[in-house]
Amino acid sequence: MVQYSKPRSFYDTFERKGEGQISTHYCPGCGHGNAHKLIAEAIDTLGIQDRVVFLSPVGCSVFAYYYFDTGNIQCAHGRAPSVGTGVRKTLDDAIVISYQGDGDLAGIGMASIVHAANRGENITVFFVNNAIYGMTGGQMAPTTLIDQKTQTTPLGRNLQRDGNPIGMCELMDSLETPVYIERVTFSSPAKIMKARKVVRKALQNQIDKKGFSFVEILSPCPVNWKMSPTDARRWVSESLEPIFPVKNFRDLDDVRGESAKLPLMEGNRLLDYLKPEKHISPEAPNETVVDQQVKIAGFGGQGVMSAGVLLSNCVIQKGLNTTWLPSYGPEMRGGTAYASVKVSTQPIGSPVVDFPNVLIAMNGPSLEAFEEKVPAGGLIMVNTSLISRKVQRKDVRTYYLPATELAKDVGLIATANIIVLSIYFLISEVVDLDTFRKVIPLSLKKKQLAEMNLQAVDKAEVYFSEHPLEQS
Amino acid sequence: MAQTSEGNYIVINPDECKGCRLCIEACPFQCIVIGSDINSLGYQYAKFEKPDCTACGLCFYACPEPGAITVYKAEKTGGKA
Ligand SMILES: Cc1ncc(C[n+]2csc(CCOP(=O)(O)OP(=O)(O)O)c2C)c(N)n1
Ligand code: SF4
Ligand code: SF4
Ligand code: SF4
Repeated sequence: MVQYSKPRSFYDTFERKGEGQISTHYCPGCGHGNAHKLIAEAIDTLGIQDRVVFLSPVGCSVFAYYYFDTGNIQCAHGRAPSVGTGVRKTLDDAIVISYQGDGDLAGIGMASIVHAANRGENITVFFVNNAIYGMTGGQMAPTTLIDQKTQTTPLGRNLQRDGNPIGMCELMDSLETPVYIERVTFSSPAKIMKARKVVRKALQNQIDKKGFSFVEILSPCPVNWKMSPTDARRWVSESLEPIFPVKNFRDLDDVRGESAKLPLMEGNRLLDYLKPEKHISPEAPNETVVDQQVKIAGFGGQGVMSAGVLLSNCVIQKGLNTTWLPSYGPEMRGGTAYASVKVSTQPIGSPVVDFPNVLIAMNGPSLEAFEEKVPAGGLIMVNTSLISRKVQRKDVRTYYLPATELAKDVGLIATANIIVLSIYFLISEVVDLDTFRKVIPLSLKKKQLAEMNLQAVDKAEVYFSEHPLEQS
Repeated sequence: MAQTSEGNYIVINPDECKGCRLCIEACPFQCIVIGSDINSLGYQYAKFEKPDCTACGLCFYACPEPGAITVYKAEKTGGKA
């Protein structure tokens, strides 16, 4: 009769490098494997395999998603608790497991873990503390011991120079909101078996919607500690355990996870919020529209962001899909700024525009930055009021217009964005100007400026009728 | 009882073992030894040797590999094993 065997929540094979692999990528004797086993076993026991969203970190355990047959997200370095917060707020039923190393959690991700804990998110965090950066070859971690030799502390960690090892359980224990905090150790098989219960409890808490549970695991990294696997286990007990006491820090009975929950918003209400204006309903989409990947670029204050928003709002009106992604330089005014807008009859996967088939260059640096990125056959619109040079590419369509001067004629330089956008609509025929005229007053924050913006549309229409796009 | 105890055993899959010897150190009854053969991963892998196994599971939890060790407990009905 099978008494102990590979937990079912692991994949049968780990297809990381080719098919049929059955062993992990971890070094012999590494504690990550033990941690994986305990977690997988607890998932089995609690019957939550279909609900788990496993967050893997950056570090040696970055590939955890090759092992756990659950939902998986590989998170940016240290940000798993923030990703987990997002999952928590959107998937009511999910069991969120944040699995992190000490570099990941206590180094680069310190802010993320502290705030998730402080908000009492109903998630479970397994913190694998091996007192070193494993993946990158053994640099000092926040939890490295005093006098411990690492690649970056070759003479040993020094209190004055490098600070003291951070006790994450102790730090968690200084916060009001976590419900469960415990440190366990992998120094011996008996203690690993003891840790099973803690792992299960930390997950049970989440099922019971109790709130934030934190389990720190003292775990060996034989390779970077430069020890045999068996010596490394001994070092956990002789050196790590005295500095990081193995004990329960907190085990509350309150149910805190429920109150931390946001009310879920119905899909339709969300759409209402996102609609440009509630009383215009979108038209049936024109399926012949060619996908537009638009980059509107200029300096801050030229209205490139609001041009992007206006474009997207008009597109929504046309029943099409769209995204708008702003990108600012560090300055509020005067730096470079660009808006990326996608338009498609199909759902849009990513809002990033790397190769715009429409470039609207409002100033010189924008043309410099993006001219080469435009695919052949694309359109480049140039604001000649601020750009004296011509487009060098011969394989794209171009349209030159003195947008800033035209806007000055209207009486408001800030309408240069409306001028270029109007002409872009006339060239592309993605949106008709009547729709644009309807959307402008709804999108503008300062209503009294709407009139001038509408005049800018008229101005652009006249200009375009006198200067049509040259066919090449 | 001796019967039951004799019926317990573990199976170590040679191709999942990394030869770390943690199971060997874990076993209270020295049931496991390191073999001399090399497996497909390039490690000298561990072997179950002595039939004094109690199916305690210490080796299973000591082993970091998900599926390298499986522990079997003899059926309690006695005699059969
Ligand atoms: C943003 C970023 N900074 C730095 C790195 C390099 N890096 C990769 S893993 C790691 C530390 C991993 O240490 P730890 O979290 O202790 O995990 P372990 O590998 O020991 O399990 C670092 C600094 C990175 N990948 N990304
Ligand atoms: S480097 Fe250390 S933490 Fe990483 S897999 Fe190897 S033993 Fe484990
Ligand atoms: S189950 Fe227990 S007794 Fe049997 S081999 Fe493993 S450690 Fe030894
Ligand atoms: S603990 Fe596992 S990997 Fe290590 S020697 Fe034993 S069976 Fe092999």
